[in-house]
Amino acid sequence: MHRFASPARFQRLSRRLMPWLAGACLLLFPVGLLLAFLAPADYQQGLSVRIMYVHVPSAWMGLQVYALIAIASAVALIWRHPLADLFAKSASPIGAAFTAMALATGSLWGKPMWGTWWVWDARLTSMLILLFLYLGHMLLFGAFDDRVRGQRAAAVLALVGAINLPIIKFSVNWWNTLHQPASILRWGAPTIDPSMLWPLFVMAIAFNAYFGVTLLLGMRAELLEARLRALQYGRAA
Amino acid sequence: MRAFLAILSRDLRLILRHGSEAATAVAFFLLATLLFPFGLGPEPELLARIAAGILWVVALLASLIALDRLFAEDYQDGSLEQLALAPLPMPLVVLAKLAAHWLATGLPLVILAPILALMLRMDPAGLPALIGSLLLGTPCLSLIGAVGAALVLGARRGALLLPLLILPLYIPVLIFGTAAVDAALSGLSAAPHLQLLGAILLISLGVGPFAASAAAKQALS
Repeated sequence: MHRFASPARFQRLSRRLMPWLAGACLLLFPVGLLLAFLAPADYQQGLSVRIMYVHVPSAWMGLQVYALIAIASAVALIWRHPLADLFAKSASPIGAAFTAMALATGSLWGKPMWGTWWVWDARLTSMLILLFLYLGHMLLFGAFDDRVRGQRAAAVLALVGAINLPIIKFSVNWWNTLHQPASILRWGAPTIDPSMLWPLFVMAIAFNAYFGVTLLLGMRAELLEARLRALQYGRAA
Repeated sequence: MRAFLAILSRDLRLILRHGSEAATAVAFFLLATLLFPFGLGPEPELLARIAAGILWVVALLASLIALDRLFAEDYQDGSLEQLALAPLPMPLVVLAKLAAHWLATGLPLVILAPILALMLRMDPAGLPALIGSLLLGTPCLSLIGAVGAALVLGARRGALLLPLLILPLYIPVLIFGTAAVDAALSGLSAAPHLQLLGAILLISLGVGPFAASAAAKQALS
């Protein structure tokens, strides 16, 4: 794994990956959105069900990115892998944005469906908590004069906060509130029709590709910044 | 074990001799609770219905105030470094400090809560659940909060950052704590909620001291 610790190697790898990820992103978003518009309208919800194709992938990404940050934080703390810290730092704002988008689209969807923008429902509230976990994580990076200290502190926080992930995931099954229970990732077959499942999957992959593109851009910017700082120190010394 | 008790009694004596720290948390608990009848109006039915929630939220905030100083003074005067070098494993050091901290600030809240609950006109049927949930829940608050207190050691604006880091993690404790009292008040068994609180306590006992000592160690390095 430490083969990838060298920034030069990472830069080369990311340069090779970037066209593929960007291409997937550019291809899958239009295809997914088109499929979403061709998908049948829901017999109960009508056309507004199409919000799902943005809402559900954003919510998945919000959870997934936090899980990845927690893994990267463990790697950073155990093996002191320099790229893991960069990953956690770059991924955090992206994950926060996905979570905010899931909350915003959920609110837009909730108004016509449930008749309210916001309820203190288990899933909604726990997603809001996730957003605050992201914010704390982002702020902790910058809270110390010593950058390494900020990275370590944020890594510990990310690991502790990861305990909340299963609570969010299973909140809809444990507490019977307004939000509908899980219908795709469950034991047995999904309860959603394939005609709606496929566009959802395409959108989910597109979101992942988008995450990859923005993450690589963010990590590259961090590496450039580190180099710039090193050069400035060199000149000052 | 002797070292553990030594740290516990040292911290307890420090807190009690300082006096102000433990008194601040208790006074905050009292005053903040008494603000609610002024803010919401003195209708007994309303107060009785929300008493458990008020007491739990205020207990949460009171523990947040007290946590700020958990490691800060030892960090500033260098005794945290000495404790880290001591033969006792660091998680146990954290646990001893937390035990002293909870005895000085958490326990008074548990003792005061039933009196305040009666003043808020809560049905006495909910009192055992309230005391039980606070007994199980306030140690969780200390254990989770210790992680945050250790994380912000030496941070710029650490005291402002601490609530943002810790309050999201407090929410499960708050949910089950108030749910236990609500269940007892509506004539149901509070046991399932108390058991879940017990589970949270066990998890935070397993995670909290280790995460806090990992965080404190980096502050020292």
